[in-house]
Amino acid sequence: MKLDQIELNLLREISDLHQIPDGAYNIRLNGESAGRNSTENITIEPKSDKPGINIYIRPGTKNEACHIPVMLSQSGLTELVYNDFFVGEDADVTIVAGCGIHNCGTDLSQHDGIHTFHVGKNAHVRYVEKHYGEGDGLGENVLNPTTIIEIEEGGRMEMESTQIKGVDSTVRKTTAKLADGASLEIKEKIMTHGKQVAKTNFTVDLDGEGSSANVVSRSVARDESSQKFISCIRGNNVCTGHSECDAIIMDDARVSASPDLDANCVEAALIHEAAIGKIAGEQIIKLMTLGLTEAEAEEQIIAGFLK
Amino acid sequence: MLELKNISYSVDDENGRVDILKDVSVSFDGRFIAITGPNGSGKSTLAKIVAGIIKPTSGKILLDGEDITELGIDERARLGISYAFQQPVKFKGITVRDIISMASGKKLPLSAVCEYLSQMGLCAIDYVDREINDSLSGGELKRIEIATIMARGTKVSIFDEPEAGIDLWSFQNLIQVFNKLREKTDGMVIIISHQERILNIADKVLLLSNGQISDYGTGESIMPGIASGVTDVCIKAAEQEV
Repeated sequence: MKLDQIELNLLREISDLHQIPDGAYNIRLNGESAGRNSTENITIEPKSDKPGINIYIRPGTKNEACHIPVMLSQSGLTELVYNDFFVGEDADVTIVAGCGIHNCGTDLSQHDGIHTFHVGKNAHVRYVEKHYGEGDGLGENVLNPTTIIEIEEGGRMEMESTQIKGVDSTVRKTTAKLADGASLEIKEKIMTHGKQVAKTNFTVDLDGEGSSANVVSRSVARDESSQKFISCIRGNNVCTGHSECDAIIMDDARVSASPDLDANCVEAALIHEAAIGKIAGEQIIKLMTLGLTEAEAEEQIIAGFLK
Repeated sequence: MLELKNISYSVDDENGRVDILKDVSVSFDGRFIAITGPNGSGKSTLAKIVAGIIKPTSGKILLDGEDITELGIDERARLGISYAFQQPVKFKGITVRDIISMASGKKLPLSAVCEYLSQMGLCAIDYVDREINDSLSGGELKRIEIATIMARGTKVSIFDEPEAGIDLWSFQNLIQVFNKLREKTDGMVIIISHQERILNIADKVLLLSNGQISDYGTGESIMPGIASGVTDVCIKAAEQEV
């Protein structure tokens, strides 16, 4: 498999990879599989009934990673892909996904990915997902990721989702169901600019005794972009849930945050925090007293906020 | 040399015009200068005017003979003016290492960041990657704030009540830090302070009251005056408030 410069750049942006990775991977390029590798413990197979892949992680697999980047470099391509992850008991793995679009044409480029995670008992998954768009054409870059998570007893999942640049429109849906003692931590970072629109919707069901969820979103909305953050945590058992939305608003942007806590058990402890505001003037002044220009100070504050 | 010429600053509030600083002219010619005076005498306003955070209503500020009155905060900073806030600013995500690197103007190696923190009595490894947020105590934030000014090493460093919010143990160390700074620095250090021990190590002390200079001279020459003068001013101010 040979990737051209644009594709290599997309690969670097979404997965920090400078070349084809070692270990298990599946690279999807312009609607087709451009390369796939399974290992002894991680098997990747194409789906027979619809576009996408199944990833099987053998029970007890430790410290292995799986990369599944998606790249669209042809303008006007739209696709819907289903990827299912079956993480065996006691496994401890990192999964790096992400989608990069380079659109220099006038047509819409769109990737809708539906990722379903079945996290086995006492397994631990770190899932890193980055979304990125570029290209000087007028065609829009659209990414709509859906993540469906089921965590069995004692399982843990950490999800880091980042979209910093170039995606014109995104609707990000994440649903999760947690069994006894399971835990889920989601960290989302979003920056929108121009006239971009980003909608995020988290729904977490804490079904199991002792289950816990922490959903943290940090976002920056610039120019005329708009963001909507919806987070619903349902405490259906003895559980703890925390959700936090922290947004910086700039220029003529708009941000809406709708926290929703639903306690269906007297032992459910649920907390939500939401804050939206512009960059504090004193923060800019402080950095200017260190010699930074106003624009440099803003960039540093945003970079720190989204770090 | 830093010179202030006929600096006045007034604000309008619901009771009309309030003069915070009234025609203040002074040449800061020592290496280690303390500014003192009762609360509300205009000390912090004067410091903020030098740093460019507040624009004076009238008057001029000269740095080494250059008129910097119309320059912005960052331009003055690049010319060599540093200002340590009385209430350190908090951030989200920016770490101690980040801000000390920004202050020094370059990406510092870990050892250099640690050196600045150690000087301030902070166990460096515990702090370098901490965010400058509410998880730090007031005293810790203050010491980090002072470390950023040390890292800048500019020709004029202004500290606005460095002792405020610092516990007694830290205060003892703070005196040592300023003593060391006094020995090492080639630049000018201006400290706004109420603390006699800081006034004692200053080459010169500027006494402000009611927005005007009451006295400016060596510590020994004006300390007796300060003891009685400040008290008098405080009593008068209190009487006016009543």
